[in-house]
Amino acid sequence: MFSDYAVVGITIIVSLGFVAVAIVSAWLVRPKRPSKLKQSTYECGEKPVGSGWVQYNVRFYLFALAFVVFDVEIIFLFAWAVVFKDLGIFGLIEMAVFIFILLFGLIWAWRKGALKWV
Amino acid sequence: MSYSLSELVRPLIFYLLSFITLGSAIMVVVKRNIFHSALFLILSFFGVAALFITLDAEFLAAVQVLVYIGAIAILILFAIMLTRRISDPLVRQTTRSYILGAFVGALLLFFLIFALLQLSPTTPYAPQTVQGGDATYPLGELLMTNYLIPFEVISVLLVAALIGAIILARREKRTGKRGEKR
Repeated sequence: MFSDYAVVGITIIVSLGFVAVAIVSAWLVRPKRPSKLKQSTYECGEKPVGSGWVQYNVRFYLFALAFVVFDVEIIFLFAWAVVFKDLGIFGLIEMAVFIFILLFGLIWAWRKGALKWV
Repeated sequence: MSYSLSELVRPLIFYLLSFITLGSAIMVVVKRNIFHSALFLILSFFGVAALFITLDAEFLAAVQVLVYIGAIAILILFAIMLTRRISDPLVRQTTRSYILGAFVGALLLFFLIFALLQLSPTTPYAPQTVQGGDATYPLGELLMTNYLIPFEVISVLLVAALIGAIILARREKRTGKRGEKR
C-alpha cells in the first residue's frame, strides 16, 4: 500500500537532512584559507593527472547493453516470484523455459567473445 | 496514522513529487553540462517512480527504478562518457536550427492542446486500483496463465535484442577506431 512507503520517504528526508546538516555545520566551523593545491581534485592523495572528463572505453557500452537485457528479465522474475508458490512446478517449468532461452543468448554472447575484456 | 490525515497529506505529496519530476525535467533541458542533464533525468525518473507508488502501482514503480534508472539512465550516462568531446564539459546542447525546433515544439504543443481539449475533464468512472492494493499478483498470474505464450516470446525478443546489440556494437568497433584512453 501507499502508506507502507512512508518509511521510504522518511528515510530520504532524514538522509537529505543529515547531509545538509553535515555540510552546513562544516561550512560554518571550518577555517577558509583556500590555496591552489587544496582546490585541486582529490585523487587518493596522488597528484591529479589530466582532466576527469575522459572518454571511456567503448567496451563499457557493450556490457551496458547486455545488462539492459537481463535487467528486463529481472522484471519478469519479479512478477513470477509473486505467484510462484501458487503455480508450483508448472510455474517453475515456465520460468525455466524463459530463462533457458535467455541463457542461450548469453552463451552465444560468451562464445562470440562479447563478455571478454580486450 | 489516521485516515483523514493521510487524505490531507496525499495531495501535498503529489504536488511535491510533481514539482521534483517536472523541475528536474526542466533542468535536463536547461543545464549546460550534458552529464548533469543525465543526472537530473535520473531524478526525474525517480519522481515518476514515486508517483507510481502514490497510485498503488508498486510493480510499475519497480519497473521504473530497475529499467529506467537502473538500465536506461546508465546507458545514457555511458553514451555520454563515450563521446569524443567529453573532455570539454560544455558540450554544445543547443541546436543551430532553433527556428525549426521552435516550430516543431509549437506544433507539438498545438496538437497536445487540441487533443486535451477533446477530453472531458470529468469522467463517470472513479479511478480504481486492484482490490487489496497489490496489483503485482494478478499481473503475474495473468502472465503465467493466460499470456503464457507472449511471456515466453518475450524471452526470444530479449535474446534478439541482445544479439542485435552485440552485432551492432562489434561492427562499430571494427570499422571506426575510437580513441581508447582507458
